Amino acid sequence: MLRYALLRLLGAIPTLLLVIVLAFLMVHAAPGGPFDAERALPAEIEANIAAAYHLDEPLYQQFVRYLKGLVQGDLGPSYRYRDHTVSELIATAFPLSLKLGAMAMLLALIVGVAAGSLAALRRNTLSDRVLMMLAMTGISIPVFVIAPVLVLFLAVRLQWLPAGWSGNEGAARFLLPVIALALPQIAYIARLTRASMIDVLASDFVRTARAQGLGTAAIVRYHALKPAMLPVLSYLGPAIAAILTGSVVVEEIFGIPGLGQFFVRGALNRDYTLVLGIVIFYATLVVLLNLVVDILYGAIDPRIRRR
Amino acid sequence: MKSVRAALVAIVVAGLCGVVLVSCGGPQDAGSARPVLNRGISSDPESLDPHKIRSVQAGEVLRDIGEGLAGYTPTGELIPAAAESWTMSDDGLTYTFAIRADARWSNGDAVTAEHFAFSLRRLVDPATAAFNAHLIADVVNARAISSGEKPPTELGVQAVNDQMLVIRLAQPTPYFLSLLTHASTFPVHPGLIAVHGDAFSRPGTLLSNGAYKLDSWEPGSVLQLSRNVHYWNNAATAIDAVNHHVITQEMTELSRYRAGELHITGAIPPDSFEQLRQERPEEMHIAPYLGVYYFGFNLSKPPFRDSPRLREALSMAIDRDVLVAKITGRGEAPAYSWVPPGVANYEPRRLAYADESQDERNGHARRLMAEAGYGPENPLQIELRYNTSDTQQRIALAVQAMWREALGVETTLINEEFQVLLANMRAAEVTQVFRSSWIGDYNDAHTFLSILQTGNPSNTPLYASDEFDELMQKASTQLDAKARRLYLEEAERVLLTDHPVIPIYFYVSKHLVSPEVVGWGDNVLDYHYSQHLSLASSDATP
Repeated sequence: MLRYALLRLLGAIPTLLLVIVLAFLMVHAAPGGPFDAERALPAEIEANIAAAYHLDEPLYQQFVRYLKGLVQGDLGPSYRYRDHTVSELIATAFPLSLKLGAMAMLLALIVGVAAGSLAALRRNTLSDRVLMMLAMTGISIPVFVIAPVLVLFLAVRLQWLPAGWSGNEGAARFLLPVIALALPQIAYIARLTRASMIDVLASDFVRTARAQGLGTAAIVRYHALKPAMLPVLSYLGPAIAAILTGSVVVEEIFGIPGLGQFFVRGALNRDYTLVLGIVIFYATLVVLLNLVVDILYGAIDPRIRRR
Repeated sequence: MKSVRAALVAIVVAGLCGVVLVSCGGPQDAGSARPVLNRGISSDPESLDPHKIRSVQAGEVLRDIGEGLAGYTPTGELIPAAAESWTMSDDGLTYTFAIRADARWSNGDAVTAEHFAFSLRRLVDPATAAFNAHLIADVVNARAISSGEKPPTELGVQAVNDQMLVIRLAQPTPYFLSLLTHASTFPVHPGLIAVHGDAFSRPGTLLSNGAYKLDSWEPGSVLQLSRNVHYWNNAATAIDAVNHHVITQEMTELSRYRAGELHITGAIPPDSFEQLRQERPEEMHIAPYLGVYYFGFNLSKPPFRDSPRLREALSMAIDRDVLVAKITGRGEAPAYSWVPPGVANYEPRRLAYADESQDERNGHARRLMAEAGYGPENPLQIELRYNTSDTQQRIALAVQAMWREALGVETTLINEEFQVLLANMRAAEVTQVFRSSWIGDYNDAHTFLSILQTGNPSNTPLYASDEFDELMQKASTQLDAKARRLYLEEAERVLLTDHPVIPIYFYVSKHLVSPEVVGWGDNVLDYHYSQHLSLASSDATP
């Protein structure tokens, strides 16, 4: 088992290396540099800056320098946030994005499944129609519209919740971003749950259960919920992706210093080291997660291990 | 059926409660007992090392935590700061500063003349790679040091004793004192640098000599400052703590201001401008600012090389009143000169056609186009480049329409990501007309005129006029303020007859300032030191 894991780990190195090479070439191929601004600098000062950040070296030399640092776990200093290293920025931003995403996902699952089940049980009644209409609206209205509206009512008018992130201690500041991020997913999951719940409730085993005299609550809880969850589970992958990309927008609107913001900002600023750092971080994360899944498969199914 | 409903309601409620519980872990606001000022800035400072900065935002934070030899009052009058007084020699070449005996770093160390000398040498040292090294280019040997020809020790600065600093200039620089208010001329602590090297400016390590010190910095979120109890003028500082909130979206900033989370905004969104003007006229502060928005011509290639009449025609046909009223719409002034109004000791020259009506200008412009050989059968086809942004796009579309209607010009709009546009402007290969802007470094016409001198790196139109260069040269060696001013004004006149650029509008500074804030003043540099402000009622803070 250990040998399998190690082999897989070694196999991941070329993949990561390829990602690094491609990302490095791509950020450097983009026109302009990290220190270009509307205000041009005198030639001697531009040369001093290029020298200080090794931007005057040939690209392969810069790459070797970067790799050397990387091997020692050093992602380098950010070009734009010069008082911070890339590792520091990722270490503060990623947990925030993760927290935001996880909370939104949780909220979406709980509320979405509950609403979907309710609508299925009350099929073709007023509450079903209202719920599904709300869900349709939730899917159709993009986050960048919902978020400011939520802020306008809950923060500016009613002053129940903080409007922004910074300086608001505690976690009330999570509430609006999490809701904004979760709403479209709630809507989608509710519709999925409703459809699949209706299918399940019409199936033979539910009818049998009913014939045995079980109440609706028990049927849903012990028999229907699990099979009805299957389509929702398979939607989790796309949902996580949607929340990740959606978080870039939400982070921007609420001013949350998450990884998405730094990634976008880094690309626009040509902050080579920051962009590379985040790409490498994400790539490593994906590779590791795949590895864990494969190892788990291996643990479950010995045939995979033996190969 | 009832029980199902109850169960589902319970699930929904539990879900919501879960989020609320997770969310409501701590108190909502930090310490509302002491006066805290909350200000918005549009991006993080790139650094708090005065020698590594270049952005407006970095200057704003540094003006709170640091202090130069000179400073400004809220309304923009130059005043002594870390230096309590100074004298200038008769030839205008030697300045002698008396550093305050009670000037202190945030750890209580004395700020000495040698600290300033050390800092200015570090500013021009090639190893520092400072963006703003050219600010003090007129100090003896500064240029030679920046280009590596002389060691930094050769810089014309000398600490005679702890309190006396002498700075020698290679040529008279009438605006020299105003340069010493720039954050890049603020001192750094030599002892700190000896220990930490370039990492001295990291949060937790940084020592500063201003009214506030840095407590924490969460990139992308907030910089928290608190009173520097060692500051020489600490008794006059009213506000205990200042938060600079990093908020990139203007609409977000406005929401936070409306929700009472900010006292001062860094901007006002264009779409909300009219509404705010009606709702909160007292809180809007719109003031002239040292900045010009312009279109540049690439003078190194046809069709704009050697064709001043063509350039003038295009300049004339832009109805600036429409642009500032309908598009920018935040009190910007239409530009008919290159140097903005409000610059000290200067009267901007105006474009020759400035007093004509737009109809007269269009007629005039059509004649010039015809003389240049363009007409309905042979329409001018040009490309206009601008960087991707809503306002830029709307201005470009409007100008395209104005040129088409007035002159029959066929303009292709090309929007490029900012860095791409910059690269193209520098290369001057594919550009024809491009949008750009210039923000003055100091309150003097020189900061605007000098960028169009031959060889200036910011001269992206590649304007080269012997007459203009000669006048600028004469102005720079002229000791007499009045004579110097005349040379500069004449240089601007030459520039405006050659049309290397189309000045379109002058920027304004735009802030929302809460009625609680006392002591706010509008000024042309848009400098607003937190130490000059106070809060009327601290219990009303969020």
